[in-house]
Amino acid sequence: MDTELNAIEIRNLTKRFGNFTAVDNISFNVRNGEIFGFLGANGAGKTTAMRILCGLSRPSEGEGTVAGYDIRNEQEKIKRNIGYMSQKFSLYPDLTVGENIRLFGGIYGLNDRQIREKTEEMLSMLDLRQERDKYAGSLPLGWKQKLSFCIALIHDPRIIFLDEPTGGVDPETRRRFWELIYDTAEKGTTIFVTTHYMDEAEYCDRVSVMVDGKIAALDSPENLKTRFSARNMDEVFRIIAGRAEREERP
Amino acid sequence: MKEFLASVKKEFRHIFRDRRTVLIVMIMPVIQIILFGFAVSTEVNRVRVMVCGDMSDISVMRITDRIDNNRYLEIAGTLSNPGEIEDVFRRNEADVAVCFGMDFGRESVSPSGNARVRIIGDGSDPNTARMTVSYVAGVIQQEQQDISTSLAGEKRPSMAPVVQLMYNPAMKSSYNFVPGVMGLILMLICSMMTAVSIVREKETGTLELLLVSPVKPVWVILSKLMPYLVLSAVNFASILLLSHYVMEVPVKGSLILLSAAALVFVITSLAIGILVSVISSSQRTAMLICGMGLTMPTMIFSGIIFPCESMPEVLQWFSDIIPAKWFIIMVKKIMIQGGGLAAVAREMSILTGMAVVLLAASIRSFRTRLQ
Repeated sequence: MDTELNAIEIRNLTKRFGNFTAVDNISFNVRNGEIFGFLGANGAGKTTAMRILCGLSRPSEGEGTVAGYDIRNEQEKIKRNIGYMSQKFSLYPDLTVGENIRLFGGIYGLNDRQIREKTEEMLSMLDLRQERDKYAGSLPLGWKQKLSFCIALIHDPRIIFLDEPTGGVDPETRRRFWELIYDTAEKGTTIFVTTHYMDEAEYCDRVSVMVDGKIAALDSPENLKTRFSARNMDEVFRIIAGRAEREERP
Repeated sequence: MKEFLASVKKEFRHIFRDRRTVLIVMIMPVIQIILFGFAVSTEVNRVRVMVCGDMSDISVMRITDRIDNNRYLEIAGTLSNPGEIEDVFRRNEADVAVCFGMDFGRESVSPSGNARVRIIGDGSDPNTARMTVSYVAGVIQQEQQDISTSLAGEKRPSMAPVVQLMYNPAMKSSYNFVPGVMGLILMLICSMMTAVSIVREKETGTLELLLVSPVKPVWVILSKLMPYLVLSAVNFASILLLSHYVMEVPVKGSLILLSAAALVFVITSLAIGILVSVISSSQRTAMLICGMGLTMPTMIFSGIIFPCESMPEVLQWFSDIIPAKWFIIMVKKIMIQGGGLAAVAREMSILTGMAVVLLAASIRSFRTRLQ
């Protein structure tokens, strides 16, 4: 396995909960600096797979590396090299913008000088200087998402995991959020993103679609559209996910 | 370590920015102490005594004087007819009545010993009645001893038992409730607040963020416990100060030993808090479990209200698994009896055992949840 080329390498990964096989023998690679879309209906197993990649859960079977570290026993090292932003609101609403940045800087082991620099950099980039001492809970949703995205990058991770990052915002805000993602990818950070919005899938370099715990398709959006002779990713997704046998779990 | 301090600081911010939490943590101990101290008092204090008998009798007058001069008793009035006592009780003009028989003065010094005195309590409140009646009886008994001493010129051996309550002569209820309230409050702060604060982060999804960071899960949990450890120390101190200066409850034993006992109890409660947070999915559930599952049994089985000794055997076994019971026993022994480490060794080792088991179980179950 060439870790110089691939940020994530997964071989025959399986996760079972009792009799239920949430993730069924999946294998894939994510290249360095790539924007990788991880799609699937609710209950297809993508959250479980992502938790394993983030070091929050151990695989039942299979092997793999994330940022060059083994997913079975080097979770601590993985955690140092990845950023994570969840679908839910991922800042503390009762802390100010500045305090949120400080907290995560502190948790990721940055020293005071680094935290100060990062704070300045982030606030000027997001144009949030005025809001520094406001509670994060009072920011508009779009700003919160941008801020938590930047906070997830505070320790310069090699890979960032975005779990449905743009839920609940309008298309315009979503588009601007994706500009931020592109900027980050250009700097060499690998982006691993799950999403419900199929227009967002078009923005990815490559896309995988999970169905019933397996990866049903994995290719660039262009190739997928050609293969399934579909006009857009939405149709592609409907064709692939339509084969699902497992019932959707909420 | 730096990572840990950053999350501890954040935890303190959460607490001090939430007015409800501050209110609960800072005001509750004060309210509880005052409530139990003044509203739920069962001690003998300002008992109104109605005297019924021949008020020209010298012996009756002397006993009446004695009652009147007692710190805890006062004369509410005199009656000539014992039949009026019931009316007096009904109008709530007295708590206890003392009825002297005919020719009480003459009979009390005669060798026949036919002097009769009747003490009547208001049985509609049995606890208070039992206590006031026995207290008044004690006062009269002293007079009886004085009479026999003056008759014989020296103290004559007498079979009359003299009742004395060690450690708490005035039967102050604060001696019972201060340890109880201390146990209850430390329990509430440590388990309920911890459980709710962890479950809150579960609900908002921020717990995930902490767990995906390089900070180890054990430290994530410990950082959430630290502020409550500090707050419980503040509460412990404020309860002690209040009980010492307002309720006049002494701390006879070693303050260090008392603090050590409190620390072990606090760790036990924190561990229970983690366990509750693992099994509950919402803040409301966590509060319910703590309220019904912890506070109620603690109130009932720890001996604050009902003595454990008078419970059916099965319930006594049950009371043994309540950590607060052992803590409260220790507090009583150390604060009021002035016992040392040897006196509380058994309770201390039981509670330490509980702390170790619960802490191990809670960290384990928290880890399992992550798998």
